[in-house]
Amino acid sequence: MQKRHIVPVLYILFLMLPIYWLVAMSFKTTGEILSGFSLFPQTWTLDNYRTIFTDPTWYWGYINSILYVSINTVISMVVALPAAYAFSRYNFLGDKHLFFWLLTNRMAPAAVFALPFFQLYSAVGLFDTHIAVALAHCLFNIPLAVWILEGFMQSIPKELDETAYVDGYSFPRFFITIFVPTIKAGVGVAAFFCFMFSWVELLLAKTLTAVAAKPIAATMTKTASSAGYELGLLAAAGTLTIIPGAIVIYFVRNYIARGFAMGRV
Amino acid sequence: MKTHNQKAWFFVLPVLFLVAFNALVPMMTVVNYSVQETFGNNLFFWQGLDWFENILRSDRFHAALGRQFLFTGLILLIEVPLGIAIALSMPRKGVWVSVCLVAMALPMLIPWNVVGAMWNIFTLPKIGLAGYFLNDVLGVNYNMTQDPVAAWVTIIVMDAWHWTSLVVLLSYAGLVSIPEAYYQAAKTDGASNWSIFRYIQLPKMKTVLTIAILLRFMDSFNIYTEPFVLTGGGPGNSTTLLSIDLVKIALGQFDLGPAAAMSLIYFAITLLVSWLFYTLMNKDNLN
Repeated sequence: MQKRHIVPVLYILFLMLPIYWLVAMSFKTTGEILSGFSLFPQTWTLDNYRTIFTDPTWYWGYINSILYVSINTVISMVVALPAAYAFSRYNFLGDKHLFFWLLTNRMAPAAVFALPFFQLYSAVGLFDTHIAVALAHCLFNIPLAVWILEGFMQSIPKELDETAYVDGYSFPRFFITIFVPTIKAGVGVAAFFCFMFSWVELLLAKTLTAVAAKPIAATMTKTASSAGYELGLLAAAGTLTIIPGAIVIYFVRNYIARGFAMGRV
Repeated sequence: MKTHNQKAWFFVLPVLFLVAFNALVPMMTVVNYSVQETFGNNLFFWQGLDWFENILRSDRFHAALGRQFLFTGLILLIEVPLGIAIALSMPRKGVWVSVCLVAMALPMLIPWNVVGAMWNIFTLPKIGLAGYFLNDVLGVNYNMTQDPVAAWVTIIVMDAWHWTSLVVLLSYAGLVSIPEAYYQAAKTDGASNWSIFRYIQLPKMKTVLTIAILLRFMDSFNIYTEPFVLTGGGPGNSTTLLSIDLVKIALGQFDLGPAAAMSLIYFAITLLVSWLFYTLMNKDNLN
């Protein structure tokens, strides 16, 4: 190992410390947590996890989150693919303004929209449904997906399209059987980012739900404030929210940076 | 080369419709509130631009805006150089690359309120790892629920923990796109490490760094959940950033008019600064 590698090693250690602490806490009993400091759990317990997996308000939180995140990812990708294609291949009236306008929605503070979103989704009768959260998250996920996909599509030469037309492909057939598979890395990365930002967002998800579609993160805030100091339970719930991210990240590890750079590296 | 084709509009219509539904209707609601006064029961009175004037003159807004710029400024000053330094010292090949990438990206995939809760548990005096270590081992008097400086240090360290990896990943992507031949040429010329960084690595990272700074600006300027869960804006108002204050006014006091006016001013500031970054970024791409 070279000397300079000490920097990333120290950095990763720093990143892992709070995560370690969260996981360690989740295996401790409430008594042990409140009695003082211990680096490792003295009496290992699975009670915190048992509570989560047997109490419907807890495990439904996870199911709700996964449901609206999946719906959002599907909607975002289906509409973003053709739009990104249009931006990467054609000039049309107002294209640059439209692109920048899409981008501005990524910049709007979610706090600004909390109350109007509540009123809007109540008015159309979608309050407290998974589809409401999925649609609301489109606000920032669609622009992001369009941005990333457009970056990936730009690097595909236009000759590919032209050759396909010469060979007698119709547009839909070309798009689905040739073009999308060609940029499958980009599709994967864009889907990953939609998943990620929908998964980590709480303010809108919490505002738009009450009981039926309540996300896990909101269940946690309620526990933190109402049920006294159930730190072990909170830690267990937190640990479980890290797992989906840890799984999906493995599949896109080599493309993450390109995704954050909106496909422009 | 792109071709002119107005039919391309049909491809963007679904996107336009969905984003407009989510963006324009709530935005119009906010604009509507911002020029009216309400006393409940759906009674509204025309107020003109009074709320805007009140907000722009209020000390409370100035203080929150000041804290917000301080926070965002510190975040950029810490995360950007640190991220570049880490990216420069990362391995370029082998299994360790994957390990680094996955480990570094992990904090970004944790729900924001869990990040706040996690740092709360981590920094609790007597119970948390950091709280115990600072107070009982190093003997520093650390309690972020009472000491504003400690609260500030904690939210800054938390954000560095959460988002420095974004700068690392982007810089790293820029670095690996540099061909080996560049380094060999630099070696032959006897270039120092500093000049390699200044004339080879930094120019290659320029585009990705602009994106990193843009994203870090937008997200740290709009930050709400993590500091809210960690400090609740306290002690006192010391960590009440702009969006925390906004939610207090809108949902806590239910002062819809002032909150709406403040939202629009807030959004305008974000938009203006981001537009500057965006223009700079596109200028880079042209050159």
